[in-house]
Order: sequence, then C-alpha cells, then structure tokens
Amino acid sequence: MSLLEVRDLTVRFGRHRTVAVDGVSFSLAAGGRLGLIGESGSGKTVTALAILGLLPGNADLSGEIDLAGHRIATLSEQRLSRLRGDVVSMVFQEPMTALDPTMRAGRQVAEVLRLHAGAEAGPARDRVVAMLAEVGLADPERVADSFPHQLSGGQRQRVILAMALINAPELVICDEPTTALDVTVQATVLEKLDQVLDASGAACLFISHDLAVVSQVCDQVMVMLDGRLVESGSVAELFTNPKHPYTKGLVATARLDAVEPGQRLPVVEDFYHPATGESR
Amino acid sequence: MSEALFRVEKLTRRYSDPGREVLGLDQVDLSLAKGGRLGIVGESGSGKSTLVRLLAGLDRPTSGRIWYEGTEITGLPERRLGFLRASVQMVFQDPRSSLNPRMRVGDIITEPLRSRLVRRQLSAEVDHGARLAEVLAAVDLPADAAGRFPHEFSGGQRQRIAIARALAPKPEVLIADEPVSALDVSVRAQVLNLLTELVADQGLTLIVVSHDLMVVRHLCDQLAVMRAGRIVEQGATSDVYSAPKTDYTAALLAAVPKIRTGAGRGDSEPPGRFGEPKSGREGAHQ
Repeated sequence: MSLLEVRDLTVRFGRHRTVAVDGVSFSLAAGGRLGLIGESGSGKTVTALAILGLLPGNADLSGEIDLAGHRIATLSEQRLSRLRGDVVSMVFQEPMTALDPTMRAGRQVAEVLRLHAGAEAGPARDRVVAMLAEVGLADPERVADSFPHQLSGGQRQRVILAMALINAPELVICDEPTTALDVTVQATVLEKLDQVLDASGAACLFISHDLAVVSQVCDQVMVMLDGRLVESGSVAELFTNPKHPYTKGLVATARLDAVEPGQRLPVVEDFYHPATGESR
Repeated sequence: MSEALFRVEKLTRRYSDPGREVLGLDQVDLSLAKGGRLGIVGESGSGKSTLVRLLAGLDRPTSGRIWYEGTEITGLPERRLGFLRASVQMVFQDPRSSLNPRMRVGDIITEPLRSRLVRRQLSAEVDHGARLAEVLAAVDLPADAAGRFPHEFSGGQRQRIAIARALAPKPEVLIADEPVSALDVSVRAQVLNLLTELVADQGLTLIVVSHDLMVVRHLCDQLAVMRAGRIVEQGATSDVYSAPKTDYTAALLAAVPKIRTGAGRGDSEPPGRFGEPKSGREGAHQ
C-alpha cells in the first residue's frame, strides 16, 4: 500500500473559485523519492499544503488524500497537528522566516520533539545535538546555543532539516529547500538530505523549479502546469525522453550546458505554446 | 592600459560592525576593456556585490582607486558623478523589490532620464516618450505596459522592466547582479537571450555577478572568481572552466547541479535501489 495516495485533488480559492490544483492524482510508496517540478503559480506548493492539511480557510478542496492510512480531509485540527511532525514534516524555502528569530536553534528543535514525543528537557537536549550532528553541522553544541541570525543560510537550512527529521516522520515534504542557498552550500545540504533520508527510510516529496536539483534527489518526477500534472515518470526517462511538449521545453531550456556560450538558448515557447496548449 | 574602461587598483572596503571589522573587499586589482563581458562568481559574502557597488559608485571604498574611462571616480563628490550615473547602470536580482510598486512602469523606466545629474550628461534633451517606446521594444514588452504597475507583470516581465530602465539613459556598462536567480527556469532562458542580444546590438560592456556558474559561462567571456574579498582566479571564461587553477574554483564548478539522465542517484548512490521502496520502517507509526 502506498504511504501517500492523492486522488483527483482539486483546490479552488476565493469567491471566484480560481482553480489552483486541477484533478491531480499520484501516489508515493514508503521510502520513495518523488519530485514535483513546475513554474511559480503552477500549483506545486498548494498541493503540498493540501497534503499537510494547511490550506487557508478560503480554499475549497475536493478529491481524496490518504496519508499513512489517514484521510486528511476528515481529521480534526488536533489530529492533523499530531500527524504533522509524527508522520509528515515539511522543509520550507526560506530558512530565516521558518525559524523563530527570538529562540535559540536547539530549543526550536527540542520543542518539536517535546510536542510530539513528549520528551523531557534533559534527554531532549542530547537528541537535538545528535540530530544536528547527523544533518552535518560541524559544531552541533554551538549551533544549538545560537540564535538563527548567528547562523549562516546553510546552517539554518540544516537546523530546519533537523526539525523536520527529529520525530522520524514517514514523509518529508521539501518545498524549494535549497533555492536561497549558494551552489556549494546547496550541494552539501542536498547530500545531507540524501543521507538522512536514506538513514531514516523516510519518503520525500521534493518540490522545485530546478530540474537538476530534482534529478539529484529523486527517483520519480511529476511535471505540473497550470494546476495539472502533464507528465510523470522516472527521473532517467522523463529527463532524457520527455513526451509532453511543455516538458520537452523545460528540459531543453534548463540545459545551459548544452548550448555554446552566447548562442541563443532554447525557450519553452519553442516547444509549447501556452495560449493554445499545442506543440509547435 | 589606456583603453581600459574600468580600472581598479588595490580596492579595499571594510565594514565595521560594533565590536568587529569585516573585510568586504581586500586589495582587489581589476581591469575591464570596453565591450568586455566580465563574470564575477563566488559564494555569498565573497565580495562580489561589494565590488560592483563600488564600480557603479553606489558605495565608497575604504582605500584603493577606481578609474572609469581614465577619470578617477574615487573621491569625487556625488555632484560630479553624473557621467558615471549616466553610463553605468545596474539590474538587480529581485524585480519584486527593485521596482517601486507605486509607480507606473513608464515612470519607472524614464526615472533615470529625469535625474538632474544624468540629464546634464545627455547630449540633447531626450524625448522621454520616444526613448520609453524604444526600450520597451528592445526588451520585448508591449507599448501599453507603460501605463501599468509592476504587480501586473510576471517575474520575467518585471526583470525586463528593470532592464529597460537600465537601458533608458543609453549606458555603456550594464551591471547585472544575479539577474536571473529569482526567476523560473522557463523564463531564465528568455532573459539570458535578451541580455545576449542587447549586449551585441548596443555594444554594451557587461558585468554579471552570479553564484550560478552556468549563467556566467553563457554570458561572459572573462571570469573573476572571488573568495573572502579577494579575486583568487581570473582569466578567459573557457580557460577557467576547462582548467580551474584553484581548488576553490574547482569546488564551485563541481557543486553546480547537473541534470542526471542516467539511472541511479548520484555517484555516491549505492546501486540497485532505484525506484524501490525501502523496507524496514513498517510499524513505526501505526
């Protein structure tokens, strides 16, 4: 049985019932790594928020989301908040806004542990420091005692990763987790993510607009366009042999290395025209 | 070196925080010929942005000297920097924050032309309407964009607006600080194509700051690699990419994520578990 099963998910917003996600279905097995790519506004993040039960009040959701045997839409807010952390956790893009600037990093990680595992303060500290070491922070004691502004972007993102993993969730949803980071820092964070996911056996839904990053982390990938899934498949297959014209355009335009410097780069519109939805 | 458009000697910028001093830029020497396309790469905090801000006259060095077309700009008072303001223009990373949300696009683009310092440098009185139409066409925006506000445009279009604004006073140098890193992959190529065309058509000298080495490889023929306020490697882009001289440059290049097209995740990936669900966690959360 799949860990996560999404069937015909449709999300509409506001009085005009603007469709953000349109009939999306997919599943993710325990321990699987699934990438979700698409542009800003394509519905990636809304899909993630729906899975977490975090959609705002003006959202109208239809379809079904089953996560580890729970039907998300039927759960009370109390049950949902237990699920978040125990079963599913999330890593957001901007590590500065995801952390409380007034609280030391170690306490923030410990709070997640206390809320969900009911751990005592003393042993919690040890587990927090161990977790911070596991995500590759060289000086975990010092990081635990630091405020977010005293940490670098890469360190902050690893603290977030530690928060997301400390309760050993079955699914970690990463939404553009390395977009705000330097390439070198991005490489180390992705490597650590890969290792800790492997070590914990957690599944991962990885949202990004960066095809290269998705290909590094994931086995399977889905392409989202205007709220719909237009193509999905294995990373190797989809990136070497894309079928949908939009995917072809995305892959061609992302391959800066395939074009001689200064030559015209292929653009998505060479392959797919948004107005008509037809290929050229 | 009389033909150098920009020349920089022992440029140093110290920032002082209470209790500590940060060396933003440390004894940098640099020379850029007219029509050159220089890429500056390095990690956050390496001094890339500090360097270009000094070149654009947006900040003052602690020590060292900068010449633009043979004129030393270090030490010149603001009122005498008009020639620099007119001929060196900047495009910033995030067009959401670099465009005034309360101004119409037409006013944003022609704002540099209204500056008293810049106006004195322009040969004749510029017809703002005509110049606006010209630069809007140059960046492939419709003429009716002028009457609208920045929020009515997508990220890629907003970056076009920022580029149009930079082009308005007919600059010689365009400095782009991370021009595409806030953009979707699908619009990144469009903006890069636009920059390539503009530089060729208008004979611009280009300086690009980016942490994305592939973007710089595409746009620039010369490369400076920065670390901790110093230029650690400099040369023709193709040379530096094919044979980096420092470990730092090699590490930067190695960190560029590449699209993996084969099966199996990365080199360190143990083979044989591609696409397979892992076992051993059943019952952990029932």
